[in-house]
Amino acid sequence: MAGPGTSGGGGGGGWRPLLVPLLMPTWLTIGIFLVLPVALMAVYSFLTKEFRGGVIWDFTLAAYDQFFVDRGLFGDEPPAIEWTYIAIFWRSIWQAGLATLFCLLVGFPTAWFIATRPASQRGVWLFLITIPYWVNLLIRTVSLKFLIRDNGPLNEGLMALGVLDAPVTLVNTNLAVQLGLFYSYLPFMVLPIYAAVERYNFALSEAAADLYASRWVTLREIVIPVVKPGIVAGCILVFVPSLGAFLAPDLLGGAKTFMIGSLIEEQFKGSLGNWPFGAAASMILMTLVLCALMVYARSASQAAGQGAAR
Amino acid sequence: MSRGVRHYPGFGWMTVLCLVILYAPLIVVTVYSFNGSTSITTWGGFSLRWYVDVFTGPEAPRFKAAAWNSLTIALIAATVATAIATAAAVAMHRAGGFRGRSLTFALINLPLMVPEIVVAVATLIFFTMVGITTGYMTILIAHITFCIPFAYLPIAARLQGIDEGYEQAARDLYAGRGQAFFLVLLPLMLPGVISGYLLAFIISLDDFIITNFVKGAGMETLPTAIFGSVKQGIKPNIMAISTLMLAVSAVFVTLSYLVNRVGRKSP
Amino acid sequence: MAAVQDAVDIRNVTKRYGSFTALDGVSLGIADNEFFTLLGPSGCGKTTLLRMIAGFEEITQGEIRLFGDPIAGRDPNHRPVNTVFQHYALFPHMTVRDNVAFGLKMKGMDAASRRARAERMLEMVHLSAFADRMPAQLSGGQQQRVALARALAPEPRVLLLDEPLSALDLKLRQAMRVELKQLQEETGITFIFVTHDQEEALTMSDRIAVMSAGQVQQIGTAREIYEAPVNRFVADFIGETNLIEVEVTRVDGDRAEVVLPGGHRLTCPSASRTGGRHALSIRPERMSVVAEAGADMLAVVERVVYLGTDLQLMVRLEGGAEFHVRLQNSARIAVPEPGARIGLRIEDGAARLLAD
Ligand SMILES: Nc1ncnc2c1ncn2[C@@H]1O[C@H](COP(=O)(O)OP(=O)(O)OP(=O)(O)O)[C@@H](O)[C@H]1O
Ligand SMILES: [Mg+2]
Repeated sequence: MAGPGTSGGGGGGGWRPLLVPLLMPTWLTIGIFLVLPVALMAVYSFLTKEFRGGVIWDFTLAAYDQFFVDRGLFGDEPPAIEWTYIAIFWRSIWQAGLATLFCLLVGFPTAWFIATRPASQRGVWLFLITIPYWVNLLIRTVSLKFLIRDNGPLNEGLMALGVLDAPVTLVNTNLAVQLGLFYSYLPFMVLPIYAAVERYNFALSEAAADLYASRWVTLREIVIPVVKPGIVAGCILVFVPSLGAFLAPDLLGGAKTFMIGSLIEEQFKGSLGNWPFGAAASMILMTLVLCALMVYARSASQAAGQGAAR
Repeated sequence: MSRGVRHYPGFGWMTVLCLVILYAPLIVVTVYSFNGSTSITTWGGFSLRWYVDVFTGPEAPRFKAAAWNSLTIALIAATVATAIATAAAVAMHRAGGFRGRSLTFALINLPLMVPEIVVAVATLIFFTMVGITTGYMTILIAHITFCIPFAYLPIAARLQGIDEGYEQAARDLYAGRGQAFFLVLLPLMLPGVISGYLLAFIISLDDFIITNFVKGAGMETLPTAIFGSVKQGIKPNIMAISTLMLAVSAVFVTLSYLVNRVGRKSP
Repeated sequence: MAAVQDAVDIRNVTKRYGSFTALDGVSLGIADNEFFTLLGPSGCGKTTLLRMIAGFEEITQGEIRLFGDPIAGRDPNHRPVNTVFQHYALFPHMTVRDNVAFGLKMKGMDAASRRARAERMLEMVHLSAFADRMPAQLSGGQQQRVALARALAPEPRVLLLDEPLSALDLKLRQAMRVELKQLQEETGITFIFVTHDQEEALTMSDRIAVMSAGQVQQIGTAREIYEAPVNRFVADFIGETNLIEVEVTRVDGDRAEVVLPGGHRLTCPSASRTGGRHALSIRPERMSVVAEAGADMLAVVERVVYLGTDLQLMVRLEGGAEFHVRLQNSARIAVPEPGARIGLRIEDGAARLLAD
């Protein structure tokens, strides 16, 4: 006798593979308009630059050479490491890393706090955290700039309260970029950690307390290791977009705080651009991100192993 | 034991801090958009003049055209992306373990994993190489592509929670495959589809970097137009536009929240 | 009380959640080295009481003392009490050994002694071979024993166990009962064991507190609780019993004379000091089928249920009340047919008059 699912004709589960062609539009769209472009970008990074943008189809390592190697102004000095771009990347990684750290320091307590509210209140708290995520990032960044500029409401307010004597310049500093990244991606930190804490078995904390661990030791020894997949997911979700961010450094940082995003963008604007170099920088950025994602995949599969037979 | 293992001193204050940081800029801009003064620094009393300026001022035609582009692109991109994502979700969750399933999963999520700026560069290079002139069409194509995973996530999440028994029961009661889908599965997954649509719409409306790369000369969407203006300094009319867009976002979140609530009540 | 100090002294403890009273004036003294069981139906407040001893729940009113010290306000990590959690709460990211050593580490024991003691604890629960596994790689019974080893490792003075056997299958549960009891005798630690399974309670405990609706109904040894229940709830909850309404004709200290259905009079032990109508509890296995002439009660057999070691007769008494009789299955007894009229004899001490 056939089961209820198979008695309507079609026979067995044989119709299931018929659904696979439904994936065709996905394959085609993402394949043609994302995978293929990324592959072409890789090719582009090995081409020769033409003035006024565009390329000549001569394969060369010039773009990567320009990125990593310093041959002096006229190419006649002994090659040394070119620090300019590495420094920009390093600054971006540093900025993104700091932003991730700050998001974690604020996001974890927030996520924990929300997840430990009575179930009926959690929805409202989450709603409050997600609203900014739905607001246009450009508008949020502009708003932040408006708030923190020299004679903006923040400075004026603090001066009126007597906290400050003179306005503090934030715009066009590293701190402003830091604040911008933090502000842009904070909800990305809260949401995955919240999801992890909500599933956390609080009996584990009780067991730790029962075995003589204090509150903060419990946090370090039990809670953080157990909700680690959520923390790592949150860190990735903040770190990756921060690394390639364009709006926060551009609007809040100005020229002094040049980051990868602006470096790449510049290569495709106007006649000063260098498309192969921009493509090469993009390739390097993508490699960094893939490394970060691999860290994530490792920790996620570890977590899956732990929970396997629970 | 005073407050139980769930309580950590200071976490409540961190939450408050978190909300203050997230909301302060938005609230300040909303308040200042009603400023009657021409200067953005001084308060000149409550006024709607900058809202009037947005619709009738010297920059009005530019913003109107940009808003129209943004809106139509978001509508079309969200619709197409949701259709593609719905088909994909059904295949991923109802076709069993076919070959290439995990590869497909990675492919769907690829736009989320590659940094936006890299997608922007790659897409620009692609269109240039194939010889498609950048403009409305290229923006639309790029938006459809990166909206797919955003539409997919809520739909797949919803579909995962729907027992296959419903479709099987429908099939058992003489429904054809198509009928089982349209009469049983689709209504059940509708909250997910709507959530996905709203998310894709907002994401399209939100995008700046990719659009900025593939828009071509003379073509503007609202974010690129605003960005262009802001480069010359924040003017009060930008704050009025920002507040309007904030309002649109607020409507969308509320819609999505309500859809999710209704969705949670049904199975 | 006696000169010996109680391990746990619970004095008039009340716990309220909002307007709901989960525990209502509970008083208990648990002696050192005792295997003490809290027994009661689901929702009666057993876990709540246990969590208050462990320090996870605040006391609304009353006081709990551990070896004479009031413990209100002391954090769980400062109480010489360990818990075996209902679903074990093993730390999923630590090996079995690290789980067992956790409490020792928190108490500041050095790594080498920690390891040695963890090994010894694992040996005690027969899990030495599993020390390097993760909790998820163990069966339910093994996890249960790890939880036990973990809670015993820091040598608590009191061990709390919240339905530790409820997730195990019947055979394992029976084996673990014996192991737990042995462990308690070997270590000399006071065990407070929570269960809603009366067989578990009866087989292991030195004393049992029967709880219902947030109140302690009776405290006593297994025998006392089974044979001398104080009220209807205890009589009904522990084992099987027949409860029939009878008229009390005379009260004489802790004995009473009652009128059985059919008119015979019976003198039996009584928990009640008043006359009037009361419930009489008669255990079904302490009855015998006799000739009508010498019977205490007369009945008509309605059904005979075969239970393997026993036979259960479902009969109807004169006056219409339903009544159960359990007979040991043996070739020597004549099994009555349904419809037969039989006489029933109540063994000495089998009937008991209840207070309410
Ligand atoms: N945090 C709480 N808030 C409100 N009521 C609670 C809370 N915890 C327990 N209760 C209530 O207190 C009563 C006693 O609960 P408790 O967990 O102690 O029962 P129990 O005897 O352990 O039952 P079980 O055998 O099912 O574990 C129950 O009615 C329960 O609903
Ligand atoms: Mg319980």
